Amino acid sequence: MSSTTNTTTIGTIGAPSRRNTELAMLVFAVLIPVFAYINVGLAKEEAVPAGVLGYTLGLGLLAGVAHLVVRKWAPYADPLMLPIATLLNGLGLVFIWRLDQEPQISTPQLGGAMAPGQLMWSTLGVALFLGVLIFLKDHRVLQRYTYISMVVALVLLIAPIFFPARFGARIWITIPGVGSLQPGEFAKIIIAIFFAGYLMVKRDALALASRRFMGLYLPRGRDLGPILVIWALSLMILVFETDLGTSLLFFGLFVIMLYVATERTSWIVFGLLLSAGGAVAVATFESHVQVRVHNWLNPLELLNGGVTETAQAMYSFGSGGILGSGLGQGYSRLIGGIAPKSDYILATVGEEIGLAGLMAILLLYGLLIERGIRTALAARDPFGKLLSIGLSGAFALQVFVVAGGVTGLIPLTGMTMPFLAQGGSSVIANWALVAILLRISDTARRPAPTPAPSTDAEMTQVVRP
Amino acid sequence: MSELTLTVMRLGFLAVLWLFVIVAVQVIRSDLFGTRVTQRGAARRGGQEARTQRQAAPPQQQQQQRRQEGGRGGNRQRRGAPTKLVVSEGSLTGTTVALQGQTISLGRAHDSTIVLDDDYASSRHARIYPDRDGQWIVEDLGSTNGTYLDRTRLTTPTPIPLGAPIRIGKTVIELRK
Repeated sequence: MSSTTNTTTIGTIGAPSRRNTELAMLVFAVLIPVFAYINVGLAKEEAVPAGVLGYTLGLGLLAGVAHLVVRKWAPYADPLMLPIATLLNGLGLVFIWRLDQEPQISTPQLGGAMAPGQLMWSTLGVALFLGVLIFLKDHRVLQRYTYISMVVALVLLIAPIFFPARFGARIWITIPGVGSLQPGEFAKIIIAIFFAGYLMVKRDALALASRRFMGLYLPRGRDLGPILVIWALSLMILVFETDLGTSLLFFGLFVIMLYVATERTSWIVFGLLLSAGGAVAVATFESHVQVRVHNWLNPLELLNGGVTETAQAMYSFGSGGILGSGLGQGYSRLIGGIAPKSDYILATVGEEIGLAGLMAILLLYGLLIERGIRTALAARDPFGKLLSIGLSGAFALQVFVVAGGVTGLIPLTGMTMPFLAQGGSSVIANWALVAILLRISDTARRPAPTPAPSTDAEMTQVVRP
Repeated sequence: MSELTLTVMRLGFLAVLWLFVIVAVQVIRSDLFGTRVTQRGAARRGGQEARTQRQAAPPQQQQQQRRQEGGRGGNRQRRGAPTKLVVSEGSLTGTTVALQGQTISLGRAHDSTIVLDDDYASSRHARIYPDRDGQWIVEDLGSTNGTYLDRTRLTTPTPIPLGAPIRIGKTVIELRK
């Protein structure tokens, strides 16, 4: 009998920092958009585009700096979030540049070429990402600003009411001479901070003080207060700003976080009932919402001498088929205006790289969200858990709302596909969101500090033979 | 640009995109870390452990045989008797040795059962053995820095309570059930 059979070592494997994995994935994530860029150039102009070197260096530089900062300031952070965000942002830039090549939708009236602007916004986004990682040493600091963030988020959500509506929705703040920004994108991060801080304190009251009725835990009347307030607020956003997306995001986020904090299914039932009731009620008198719902139900109806954008997006997906028409060889210019670059960019993606490519893109979003939820599972403090669930939930809701709207699953709402679509506020806010998630995951995955050496140790370590 | 090139690029792009997704999933898979059980024979830390193993084998086997010849039936293990020795601190942390009635010698000497890789240990530092009743005894073999049971320095062979730390240099050893 050999002793090998009963002598084993059981060791905990310290979490590796995985920064080298991140670097390798990042190189991969920079090369894929470069490939796409060359592909578009070859298809449109039969030549490798002139800007390819600059684009490669630019994207590579952004990714490299971000990687170095993560290596220095968040060494144990998740290895996948940064590469996936970089890849999505890089692909978004390529798609916007590709749509800039279509003269019909890049006229000066429509804002001309948008890729350079988007590149600048991405740079700003990465700068904010770096700023958050460097200056936010510990995400628990955010907990101190629970109620301040509530006020800030409300101001951001209400402010667009005072500015003129564009494209049928009041979601922009226009600053003359500077440009416009969508405060809703930033509000989703700030509101998640408020919900996390609030629910961390109140979750026991919301979870335990309840009666059981037909298999559901019914909360007490007074505990229904917060959800009713949030519901009323989101309905007001819907009525006054005619913005279905923000309203859905805002209310859905609260229901998700309430469910995660209390583990009570009843909140989901309540949330769904309330949102369905509210949506139906608003849809009966709000014409903008009615139009959206009407377009969703009758996409093939002829309006203004052509079919609706919803139908055009479906035609794009159909024309792409399984493998797509190839980058730069689609007809998404037929969707008029700047819509193909912003709301409908997913239609271009679906047409040019097909169902196979669209599924890969959606999987990338899914992986990013999964890493966020994994961070929430690994986080050791309740605030970090709730915050990372909230941020990944907001991201997931946004992806669902946009992808569902473009593919005709739900009525279209005016939101942007994170990282992919044209839009400065969106790309900046989402880089900040990823930075906060990376900060939480760095804290969660950091190995526990080694225990102080025992005071008894000295007497056994006297003479060194 | 020829149709063929564009088709190849189109399919190539999809392949690369999916490759990224698959690699990402592999990264997630390898990210599921926890405890890992390694057989000492597999020598995770190279030669040192392997040597412990090889040289430990002969005396252990002798002990084993002796135990099997003499002690069968009469000398059954008592309830609550320790079944394994665990190194809980020091460079060998995580090592376990099953207690099967053999004498376990500890020290820096290469023929020890547990070869301590510890600057503060003597070459023949201590031994742990069962007495006739099956009670495990630790005895200091005249080491330089001494052997401590809990916080007292050993002067005579002393019975080891379950879970009490035996400290040798930077190494801490416990008997566990």
